[in-house]
Amino acid sequence: MSMTIFQLLNGATFAALLFVVASGFTLIFGLMRIVNLAHGALYLFGGYLGLTISMMGGNFYVSAIGAAIGVALMGLIIDLGLLRFVKGNELRQVLLTLGVAFVLNDLALVLWGGDTYSIPVPSYLDGPFEMGDVTYPKYRLFVLLVGILIFIALWLLMAKTKLGALIRAGVDDSETVSAMGVDIRKIFIYTFMLGAALAGLGGVMGGAFLTLYPTADSEILVFSLAVVIIGGRGSLVGAAVGSILVAMLANFGQVWFPELAYFVIFGPMAVLLAFRPLGLFGKAS
Amino acid sequence: MQILKSKYSLLIVVLSLAILVTVPLLFPGYKTSIATEILIFAILAMSIDILAGYTGRTPLCHGAIFGVATYVMLYYVTVMGGSPWVGVLFAVFASILVSIIFALLAIRTSGVYFILLTLALGMIVWGVCLRWTSVTGGENGLRGSVTPLWLQDKVTLYYFIASCFVVLVWMMWRFVNSPFGLTLKGIRDSESRMRTLGYNVPLHLFLGFVVSGFFAGVAGALYAFFNSFVSPSTVALAQSTEGLLMAIVGGAGTLFGGIIGAALVISLENIVSLYTERWLMVIGFMFIFMMIFAPSGVLGAVRNFIKSRQ
Repeated sequence: MSMTIFQLLNGATFAALLFVVASGFTLIFGLMRIVNLAHGALYLFGGYLGLTISMMGGNFYVSAIGAAIGVALMGLIIDLGLLRFVKGNELRQVLLTLGVAFVLNDLALVLWGGDTYSIPVPSYLDGPFEMGDVTYPKYRLFVLLVGILIFIALWLLMAKTKLGALIRAGVDDSETVSAMGVDIRKIFIYTFMLGAALAGLGGVMGGAFLTLYPTADSEILVFSLAVVIIGGRGSLVGAAVGSILVAMLANFGQVWFPELAYFVIFGPMAVLLAFRPLGLFGKAS
Repeated sequence: MQILKSKYSLLIVVLSLAILVTVPLLFPGYKTSIATEILIFAILAMSIDILAGYTGRTPLCHGAIFGVATYVMLYYVTVMGGSPWVGVLFAVFASILVSIIFALLAIRTSGVYFILLTLALGMIVWGVCLRWTSVTGGENGLRGSVTPLWLQDKVTLYYFIASCFVVLVWMMWRFVNSPFGLTLKGIRDSESRMRTLGYNVPLHLFLGFVVSGFFAGVAGALYAFFNSFVSPSTVALAQSTEGLLMAIVGGAGTLFGGIIGAALVISLENIVSLYTERWLMVIGFMFIFMMIFAPSGVLGAVRNFIKSRQ
């Protein structure tokens, strides 16, 4: 019994991390129609930036915020410096971000080497937490909490603020929004930076318990893709449901069929695509 | 005009064949091996072009389809001790099988979703190859020569691959210009019109995907003769990306562009690797550069130029 709870918690905490990363992905995809394949690389960069900040003496929260800001700026550079040249052409955008992903991944290898690193967490988050007969790492419970808080914050942002209303309107029909006198370009940039910042934050959160290594970016990318394919483009609730599904499957897959863990996320994706090509919460554009 | 064009194309074919035959004389030693590698990857690039250029569906899973053939080939010959020629059959069969599964899922999508889904599918193959250590050897991969004795000489291997290359290119050329290939082009340009005209669009997409996967698989099986080694990096996203880059550099939708693209990318890879290990970064920058400045590639630019003159 306690083993099952342990595994459920593993799934839930991984889902929380996935949600943080994939929500950024799905925001950018939903509003700007840009599939940012550099999202995994931004995650990795966030993790490494956080690592560097904490090695220079910054505490965990400073590292996390610093990494989020740093990666948001990288997002700004990618959007303003590269993506605007291929505006409106989905295929060229995707392949361009793929190029960016390769450059960033290799750059990370140059800057931080190929070793595996782990970001140090504050001492009060270190060690196990005891709940009856279940002991569980405190830090992973913290990740779960942060994931839930970020879901609430993003939901409030989207539902209660003007920026959120503009983003939602932009997801549905960006042309009309800009025709009504809103500078949609600005909204696009904010969204891209917000999405990138979430990837960077995810990098620090994940870097502390999944460790950082050169192929971590493509692993998190494929999980995020699965989340967005299952949840549907641009939907926060979709990202949350998708994260939980993918994380639970990946986690229990790893326990039951360790050699075929990747295969297990493929099953639901296949079934889903057969019936709902746009995902659970996706809307046709 | 039409006659002139066909005269030119005959000339180009004869010239290309002449170049193909004389490569070992012009580029002896290790350069012949590079030429062999170019031919193998040109087949992969052209198989990608069947989907990316002619069908309007850009795949990011062909590295995986290619690599599955290489894996099966090495596993069958070095681990099970089978004959390499039977191995080729099994390898291509495995690639077709993988393509069928991928195609069944992928043809439901188009545009960006197609890219995403094929990327995820390819990554799953990569994940399986990485984790299924008992069969694939995990990160160490599989090693061992599958090349029969008479093929082990570099020049003989070159001529063997070149003969396969000519046959395969001819097959692909016939395929994209067949009524079936033209239907694929029609689907690329307007799916709804083709459906209205009574074409079975999903079936055509499915068969187009599997045919493309077949050629990628043959390339992968030939690669086993060339390399005698396979690891997860053979099925990784970087492989799919490099193949797609070759197709795009040469010009998507031109088929032969894949040959030019493969020649350029692999030559560059060999030159760059003399000076730096940062090859992935170079690929990344090439992608960014191509997408911003030259999305139609070399042959695409030539074709646009000819069109603008007419």
